[in-house]
Amino acid sequence: MDTGKKPQEAGLFRASIGPHISSGESVPHIMWTVSAALMPAAGLSIYYFGSRALLILVFSMVSSVAFEALTQKLMGAKITVSDGSALLTGLLLGMNLPASVPFYLPIIGSAVAIIITKQLFGGLGYNIFNPALIGRAFLMASFPRFMTTWLLPRSSLSLARPDAVTGATPLGILKEEGYPKLLSHFANRHDMYVQLLLGHRGGAMGETGIVALLFGAAYLLYKGYITWHIPVTFIATVAVLTAVFGGDPWLAMLSGGLVLGAFFMATDYVTVPQLKRAQVAFGLGCGIITALIRLEGGYPEGVCYAILLMNCFTPLLDRAFKAKKFGEASAKA
Amino acid sequence: MAASYKKLILNGIFSENPVFRLALSLCPAVAVTTSVRNGFLMGVAVLCVMTMVNITVSILRNLINPKVRIPAYILIIATYVSITEMMMRAYSRTAYKQMGLYIQLIVVFAIIISRAELFASRNKVLPSAADGFGMGLGFLGALVLVGAVRELIGKGSIAGFHITASSPLLIMVLPTGGFFVIGLLMGLFNWIDQRYYGGRPGGGGGGHH
Repeated sequence: MDTGKKPQEAGLFRASIGPHISSGESVPHIMWTVSAALMPAAGLSIYYFGSRALLILVFSMVSSVAFEALTQKLMGAKITVSDGSALLTGLLLGMNLPASVPFYLPIIGSAVAIIITKQLFGGLGYNIFNPALIGRAFLMASFPRFMTTWLLPRSSLSLARPDAVTGATPLGILKEEGYPKLLSHFANRHDMYVQLLLGHRGGAMGETGIVALLFGAAYLLYKGYITWHIPVTFIATVAVLTAVFGGDPWLAMLSGGLVLGAFFMATDYVTVPQLKRAQVAFGLGCGIITALIRLEGGYPEGVCYAILLMNCFTPLLDRAFKAKKFGEASAKA
Repeated sequence: MAASYKKLILNGIFSENPVFRLALSLCPAVAVTTSVRNGFLMGVAVLCVMTMVNITVSILRNLINPKVRIPAYILIIATYVSITEMMMRAYSRTAYKQMGLYIQLIVVFAIIISRAELFASRNKVLPSAADGFGMGLGFLGALVLVGAVRELIGKGSIAGFHITASSPLLIMVLPTGGFFVIGLLMGLFNWIDQRYYGGRPGGGGGGHH
């Protein structure tokens, strides 16, 4: 019976496999949106740290995309750089670097992030660890001097002061010289919070502009691309633990890479748990490790290592918090 | 017969290389290979111990009750490790100071007991010696190779001769770098095997001390 019409046109019942309604969302769309949500913070870092920041970000993004294409070509796989995931990794890696690093650092970092952490583990969706953070940790272990020389943001746009001024991060000052010394850099405690919020401090170039990061994060939350579970538990845990051990919780929340890490890297779909309850546990673990490193560890900041360590627990957490099915037989014989 | 001994020795170096193909004794391969020198010393110690253990186990294979064979092998291994350690302490104090602890750990290296169990306990003396010698050479070669890569990238030198002024990638002399280098070299070995010898993806698997 060939009527020349397709079955559904002929009015025949046809059972197809779901999904039947597409939301129009896709991995590339989400990746590009997250990259766009980082743009205010990236822009602010270029405003604060100058054209060098822009160059570092561009080097990082271009080399990430190039390494992804190169590895996929060598492995004979489909080249999927247009999905934006390599670009996002490059952007996040660049934002995790101080603006003063030599230009070959973002290139080495993205090679480790893309080739070793992502592609050798099977590409997008199969990597165990957040690529950008492994790239950063690799650079931190290899070039500790470059990675802990922080530029201070210039106070205005004037180009009259070409020589960049280096200085410690607030957490570095806190660790080495104590809270009163840190406070003495600002007019008063309230001024300190405002300056930290606006990003008037030394630090990795993408982590300082908290207000811009929160703006981007709010957009992602509104779109539903990230949920509150991990970022809020992560940040709240750090604040509570810092307060319990006699620190300044507001300072803890506004310093270091906590906001950038909690909203943009501890929410990476691939490397964090999918179940909401597991995500709360993930955020809690990140917060505890971060607070431990900051308060007791040798490094001033621990967000990067906290997220990486919790990445290891992701499969375990997803399994541990799996909902019990109704009517499931007891395992006991 | 000569050809089969050659095959046994080459087997340990290439197709069943302890580190890159069998993935045994990865712990020392990561721990001591921060330089060519350290890798070489450890490799030579293991080469001597393995050859002697295989010979001894093979001689005694019909005298050891199978029920107590593992403790017996451990005693034999411990004997040769003690001799090696004492010789090292007597003739090379500096090397002993750096490597002493790891030399003692040779007693529990998985590769030695696995060759005693899998090969020497069921083969004649000369093939067992060839197997132990080949496996030891394979281990020595692997440690020197890993040490060379880590020393070159991590310290900018080869066997103590400086090539660059400063260290290019410090992470390579840290334990993390050991894992990176062994993983990548293992991948390279598998790739060569698949590409030129038609082998199937191997390696990996176990991984003990």
